Amino acid sequence: MADGRFSGTSSYVATDDLMMAVNAAVTLERPILIKGEPGTGKTQLAIEVATSLGRPLYEWHIKSTTKAQQGLYEYDAVARLRDSQLGDDRVHDIANYIVRGKLWEAFESDVQPVLLIDEVDKADIEFPNDLLRELDRMEFYVYETKQLIQATHRPIIVITSNNEKELPDAFLRRCFFHYIKFPDKATMEKIVDVHYPKLKKTLLREALNAFYKVREVPGLKKKPSTSELLDWIKLLLAEDIPPEALRSEDSRKAIPPLYGALLKNEQDVHLFEQLVFLDRRSGHQ
Amino acid sequence: MLIPFFYLLRDGGMKTSITEMLTLLEAMKKGLAGHSVDDFYFLSRACLVKDESQLDRFDRIFAAYFKGVEDALADLMQDVPEEWLVKQAELYLTEEERAQIEAMGGFEELMRALQERLEEQDERHQGGSKWIGTAGTSPFGAYGYNPEGVRIGQRGSRNRSAVKVWDQRQYRNLDDSVELGTRNIKVALRRLRKFAREGAADQLDLEDTIDKTARNAGLLDIRMVPERHNAVKVLLCLDIGGSMDDHVRVCEEMFSAARSEFKHLEYFYFHNFVYESMWKDNRRRHAERIPTLDIAHKYGADYKLIFVGDATMSPYEIVYAGGSVEHWNEEPGAIWIKRLLHTYPKAIWLNPEPRKRWDYTPSIKITREIMDDRMYPLTIAGLDDGIKALH
Repeated sequence: MADGRFSGTSSYVATDDLMMAVNAAVTLERPILIKGEPGTGKTQLAIEVATSLGRPLYEWHIKSTTKAQQGLYEYDAVARLRDSQLGDDRVHDIANYIVRGKLWEAFESDVQPVLLIDEVDKADIEFPNDLLRELDRMEFYVYETKQLIQATHRPIIVITSNNEKELPDAFLRRCFFHYIKFPDKATMEKIVDVHYPKLKKTLLREALNAFYKVREVPGLKKKPSTSELLDWIKLLLAEDIPPEALRSEDSRKAIPPLYGALLKNEQDVHLFEQLVFLDRRSGHQ
Repeated sequence: MLIPFFYLLRDGGMKTSITEMLTLLEAMKKGLAGHSVDDFYFLSRACLVKDESQLDRFDRIFAAYFKGVEDALADLMQDVPEEWLVKQAELYLTEEERAQIEAMGGFEELMRALQERLEEQDERHQGGSKWIGTAGTSPFGAYGYNPEGVRIGQRGSRNRSAVKVWDQRQYRNLDDSVELGTRNIKVALRRLRKFAREGAADQLDLEDTIDKTARNAGLLDIRMVPERHNAVKVLLCLDIGGSMDDHVRVCEEMFSAARSEFKHLEYFYFHNFVYESMWKDNRRRHAERIPTLDIAHKYGADYKLIFVGDATMSPYEIVYAGGSVEHWNEEPGAIWIKRLLHTYPKAIWLNPEPRKRWDYTPSIKITREIMDDRMYPLTIAGLDDGIKALH
């Protein structure tokens, strides 16, 4: 993109507020924190930003055991010990045993890269605090070789969080923030259209109606989200389900077909079936 | 121009910092907001709001400020609090005017009249642009008191096209208006950590490896150790139902923080006081009960016992057999809790009731005596003290 601004791609529908938040982060070269229900395209965003701006993408997926240090570098002591046994000449230079992390790789990129730090809330509660200086100044110090690594181009950092742990204030202050709210019907139609352009209008309408109805069921543990809807539509297409089958005015068919794709929790399925059962009973009276 | 807005946000209870404000200014300087109010709204939201539960609050303050009204606080408080009106009037009115109000039957009377008038006007001027005229006949207008500033009936101005996105208040149900304390609780609970190495040896023990290699005449002898884990074991007993309903939120926070912090956490529920059995699933509390003796036998003495409950009940429920409100208990609760305390010497009771009320409730006094005074308020400070006592 010529002006270096993000405005969604052919496969990703971005709302105005999301675009503004991303562009602010790109312009000011600060990290952007993305939150939202699971399945609303948080991780996808970083990939799309990289493609649309034509930048290389570095992905750092966080697990519960991930340490901040692993994103910077690791000192491979075992390899050095082994080399010392074998009398390898490399052993004299400690720099040979410094393994670069994702952050380092991103810092050394020739063009401004996009760095995805995925699911930052999965890590230990102190993890974000350990990255404060690195994200702020975009530099860190390698103690083994006494060298200061500075970013040649400040990367565009996209951080996603599922809200499993709260993030410290000091960390939040350094980021832009965007909460991807669940798309309304109009946006959802656009999203589905991007993924299944040849979908029949009637099927789409019925599918969306059924989908939002399921979402409105009170007390669901995990409401179905965009990615589940897309999977479900894929299944509907594969099974060649006619749009009429989705219409739930007829209470006997109130359970949408293939609803296993929408509800991922056996308690939810159970609750849903119970509600439909109750509905049916009251419908007969 | 944005400085009053910044202070308004802070007054409205948002934790916006100077850095964030400067970020916003920098972004505006780079021309990100363009010339549209919508853009500015999106930009300032991305800069200043860092938690989705704050979004609704931000929307309301934004709406209020950009309608050109200085004071958004009243709007935040939903219905207009009397004290606030009094305070405002004192700011606006001179001595002379105040005397005039007194002559008209006092301030309360006047405010009541104002409220009434406003309600009337709401009906007559539906969709109109002004509430109360500033003509000399109205007592309110005469004093230069702008009822718009009181902001009764803010919803009326739907015809402002600029203010739209934030007026929809899409994030309303995300604002829980309760300070999320899980993080604080977790930080407090961390003190209870006790690291131990157990499990699969998957980390290189550098020191031991060097040592063994040296002894091995320089031939590499790699030594591994298991990773350090938080090895502290916690038994959490939570009071549920009845008078505890007022404290559900803080208990939920405490529980969710504890659950993710400790690997060895066992939890049980009880109602009002501990008797011969507890349960794990509230929906099946009558069907699936676990005898308290089984708990004491199953979990070793190295577990730390934490009760969470308000200990607010009739003293009979503690000291008499058959005192329980739910069933006939053969032995009094006091005996059961003493048995548990005997098994688990490291025990505390966390009480969500404020400490100053403890002395007025006999059952709390009794419980405190049984607990050897190891009762702490369920606050961050109390938790800190409690954790110290557990060590």
